[in-house]
Amino acid sequence: MINHHLSDKLLMAYSAGSLPEAFNLAVATHIALCDECRARLASFDALGGVILEEASAPDVSMESSALSATLERVKTGKPTPRARQTAPQDALLPAPLRDYVGDPSHIRWRSLGGGAKQMILATTEQATARLLLIPAGTKVPDHSHGGLELTLVLQGAFADEHDRFGRGDIEIADESTHHQPIAEPGEDCICLAVTDAPLRFRGLLPRLAQPFLGI
Amino acid sequence: MGDMFDIARPSHTARQAVEAADKIFAERETKRRGKRQPAVSAANGLEWVTLLRKVADAQDTDAFTALFEHFAPRVKAFLIKSGADHAMAEECAQDVMVTVWKKAAQFDPSRASVATWIFTIARNRRIDMLRRDRRPEPEDLSWGPDEEPDQLDILSLQQESDQLAAAIAQLPHKQRVMIERAYFGDLTHSEIADETGLPLGTIKSRIRLALERLRHSLS
Repeated sequence: MINHHLSDKLLMAYSAGSLPEAFNLAVATHIALCDECRARLASFDALGGVILEEASAPDVSMESSALSATLERVKTGKPTPRARQTAPQDALLPAPLRDYVGDPSHIRWRSLGGGAKQMILATTEQATARLLLIPAGTKVPDHSHGGLELTLVLQGAFADEHDRFGRGDIEIADESTHHQPIAEPGEDCICLAVTDAPLRFRGLLPRLAQPFLGI
Repeated sequence: MGDMFDIARPSHTARQAVEAADKIFAERETKRRGKRQPAVSAANGLEWVTLLRKVADAQDTDAFTALFEHFAPRVKAFLIKSGADHAMAEECAQDVMVTVWKKAAQFDPSRASVATWIFTIARNRRIDMLRRDRRPEPEDLSWGPDEEPDQLDILSLQQESDQLAAAIAQLPHKQRVMIERAYFGDLTHSEIADETGLPLGTIKSRIRLALERLRHSLS
């Protein structure tokens, strides 16, 4: 049961196609796990359909040869038939994330100290996406939220004094969010964490490692 | 409404839906002519569904031509308003219509209007064209080759899409401009309002029900 969902503004920006790649990845991965947000996204796409339907400009029309040129391009091919989709729902990494991580049994983790690990995913620079592994029962690395930060749980769970985030739940945090969640006992907690703070490996790594190293 | 959306109810074919839609459209058209009123927009969505179905099933070039003449200039205008120059927008609008042909069988009228579906194709083409950030997508869910969505789901979704268009037209000018700017790619995430206050609840519920039925058939 997913209790923490995407915001309207994230869905609208994703529908419009104006989010940085790392945020697109987090939104797509949540939707792969959450039919409620899949339906909400479809309603924002419907809004895009209304905008498209009304898009016109007095000086805009297609060139006179456009229809015949297009018919020429399609006349040789039949529309592609439908294929039944059989994506496994229980895989650790939903499809959008698999393209970025590769084989889920060989995630290229790098240690952050104290048992915590991360893998930075290759996206454009406006925002950073990483997989985080927090050992069961330990504190989530303390980090300030430089801007918008999305944390999507893929395995295990974390909780603070107010909320619990399990598989599929997404936490939307900003500068005003101050808390220190703890990974629940049991399974190690694996999250997709996306932040729009600039990419600062040197500064970020010691800060992330700090609580585990006890310095 | 409860029994109307009973998942156990036997499914009707999309073809029956299209026939029903044609009938509704014909009746509305007769009424309209009789009363000399503007066309009832509620029939438009179903008309496009019928035409796209003909492209998917029979490679009907007349149906495709009608879709092209309506949507290609809109896609072109959409791309120009999103920052493309005229030549690029022309080329990409043609590409979008080629994709409409090729993917016609993938369209699910119980979850989107034809305009919505073409919008998603145009948006993706725009991202490629303007070299915007890559946009991963959740895996698509679709009916198998020999299955069809439920006809009542199709009718209600298409009707709901038309009603959404009417509701958006009623919004204050300022709010409509903001929505347009968002969809033309003019607004960043942080510039979009926290509370959009948009009338999307009903259409979302319809899509949710159609999704549940699809999931049920997939399991």
